[in-house]
Amino acid sequence: MDAETLQQLINGLVIGSVYALIALGYTMVYGILGLINFAHGDVLMVGAMTALQTMLFLMGVAPGMSPVAMLTLALLVAIPVSMLIGYTMERLAYRRLRNAPRLAPLITAIGMSFLLQTLAMIIWGRNYHTFPQLISTTPLQPVEGVFVTPVQIVIIVVSALLMIGLTLLVNRSRIGRAMRATAENHRTASLMGVDTNAVIAFTFIIGAGLAAVAGVMYASNYGIAHYGMGFMPGLKAFTAAVLGGIGNLGGAMLGGIVLGLVESFGAGYIERLTFGFLNSSYQDIFAFIILGLVLIFRPTGLLGERVSDRA
Amino acid sequence: MKKTLVAAAILGLGLSAAHAQEVVKIGGAAPLTGTIAHLGKDLENGARLALEEANARGVTIGGKPVKLEFMGEDDQADPRTGTTVAQRLVDAGVKAVVGHLNSGTSIPASRIYHQAGIAQITPASTNPKLTQQKYPGVFRTIANDVQQGSVLGKFAVESLGAKKIAIIDDRTAYGQGLADETEKAAKSAGAQIVAREFTTDKATDFNSILTKIRSANPDVIFFGGMDAQAGPMLRQFKQLGITAKFLSGDGSCSPEMIKLAGDAIGANAYCSMAGLPIEKMPGGADFRARYKKRFNADVQIYSPYAYDAATAIITAMEKAGSAEPSKYLPELKKVNFDGVIGNISFDDKGDLKQGSITVYQFKDGAWVPL
Repeated sequence: MDAETLQQLINGLVIGSVYALIALGYTMVYGILGLINFAHGDVLMVGAMTALQTMLFLMGVAPGMSPVAMLTLALLVAIPVSMLIGYTMERLAYRRLRNAPRLAPLITAIGMSFLLQTLAMIIWGRNYHTFPQLISTTPLQPVEGVFVTPVQIVIIVVSALLMIGLTLLVNRSRIGRAMRATAENHRTASLMGVDTNAVIAFTFIIGAGLAAVAGVMYASNYGIAHYGMGFMPGLKAFTAAVLGGIGNLGGAMLGGIVLGLVESFGAGYIERLTFGFLNSSYQDIFAFIILGLVLIFRPTGLLGERVSDRA
Repeated sequence: MKKTLVAAAILGLGLSAAHAQEVVKIGGAAPLTGTIAHLGKDLENGARLALEEANARGVTIGGKPVKLEFMGEDDQADPRTGTTVAQRLVDAGVKAVVGHLNSGTSIPASRIYHQAGIAQITPASTNPKLTQQKYPGVFRTIANDVQQGSVLGKFAVESLGAKKIAIIDDRTAYGQGLADETEKAAKSAGAQIVAREFTTDKATDFNSILTKIRSANPDVIFFGGMDAQAGPMLRQFKQLGITAKFLSGDGSCSPEMIKLAGDAIGANAYCSMAGLPIEKMPGGADFRARYKKRFNADVQIYSPYAYDAATAIITAMEKAGSAEPSKYLPELKKVNFDGVIGNISFDDKGDLKQGSITVYQFKDGAWVPL
């Protein structure tokens, strides 16, 4: 494999693992409620902006603090804040609409997305902010001509750990069993003594926490943050969730990685593959063509949708 | 009854003629609120200063002394607000307008001024489309992006010694236009375009296209777009180990760009801006002192251009002996005088004949003119 191909592979894996992490939030909520939470991308933004605010504060009061400690503290603030936002959305908006026609919560989710973005715009302004890159971005060169930065390695490792952790949580723990039961059948689960309201709230909280981590990693990688930063990764992660089979945890992870790789290789090779007919301005279209093809031949996504019969 | 009315009317006319000097209103439009409010205010002040100085010296149009009055509006850098304030200026009866700042507001507003038949001189909008509309009343006192692109292309080849150039643009009217012009100029100066890649004005990830560009091993990478993309792009240069020189236009030639690029920006970054730095303008030093005295503020970017734009309008009106657009417009096309920024004369499209471009290099935390 030549250096360029290897580099595109790394590019794809980095962005793909961020997509995967966000996609998990979409897919968990969909699996349990059949709701596509369009505000999920903006929860990511709230996470990143809160972390930024915390870091700026810490730099002011304790300039000598070590970068790792600062990042950890920033995450310890950003994750609960995002979880609170996730919980509040569910409690105030979606819970009241649980028995409404499906369109109502969907539109509410879009409204929530606008609301979060506008609030963020009021609080942090329209400007782009520099996001402190506390993990080094000086590239290492493991193979001649292939560059990878420590922050990118951290992104891949942290995403992998979180995905493993979530899989264990859902498959092995008590609350995980409750989540699976609720996804299977809401009403039956509640008859069996599962507090479905609590389970659903918990799902939102976990998803929001993952989104906050994804947001901080995303902003650390690119070094910037602003109020609209959640929109594109949110949309891409939603695509990834559908690609892998929405409602399916493994599918979201696979879908995220596949989408990241398709985008990366698409932008890099589309011109050569189409003999100059298409160029990199079609890189997004390339990802959606793959999505279209997968959905034509496998309508439930790569790993199959987890269809709950209460929908 | 009728008689008294007529008498009153005559009396009134006599009174007003005796009392008030004739007033000619000149409009100004720029963003006075929002992120570039400081630049908008700068533009407005430039035009205001020209009018005040002309009034102090005494303006005579068609043998009659005339008082010039300035009417400034806030277009918020927003195309829709831009057309609203344009209409407001027209309704208020302004005879000419200095503005707007952004190409995105200048272009839609130009239609309203055109329909009203009045002149619009922008001291800041560089998009070629503005004057390509061939509206007879549209002029600019700043170089356009065609001129900017040709300077950039030549600079890359002749000054930076680039043989292989890669070009990226953000698919906006501004970015694409500038990139196309730069590509043309670089090619005719003898460079080879080894890659032409695209992104969007909302993107933050350029790793894939940069990886591809890296394989082509260019000496210079040109980006046509704004600072919000150029900043992260430079960071990704560093992350991918790209050492090529980075060149871009005025959209990325801001202090904001330096902030967003963080520690990834270095002496390999160049950008260009239309116009000259004020130290190099023929009337720069004197203008800066007068401006400082009047507004107790420093010149930002556009006030000298706005000053010259307003002066061009006044000169044309005086020459034509009329403040009526139909009379003074032919004179405005023919103006030829030495303003603050240099010679002011327009070509047949209304672009500045001798528009200058300055290239800047990043040094010691700021853009330094070369």
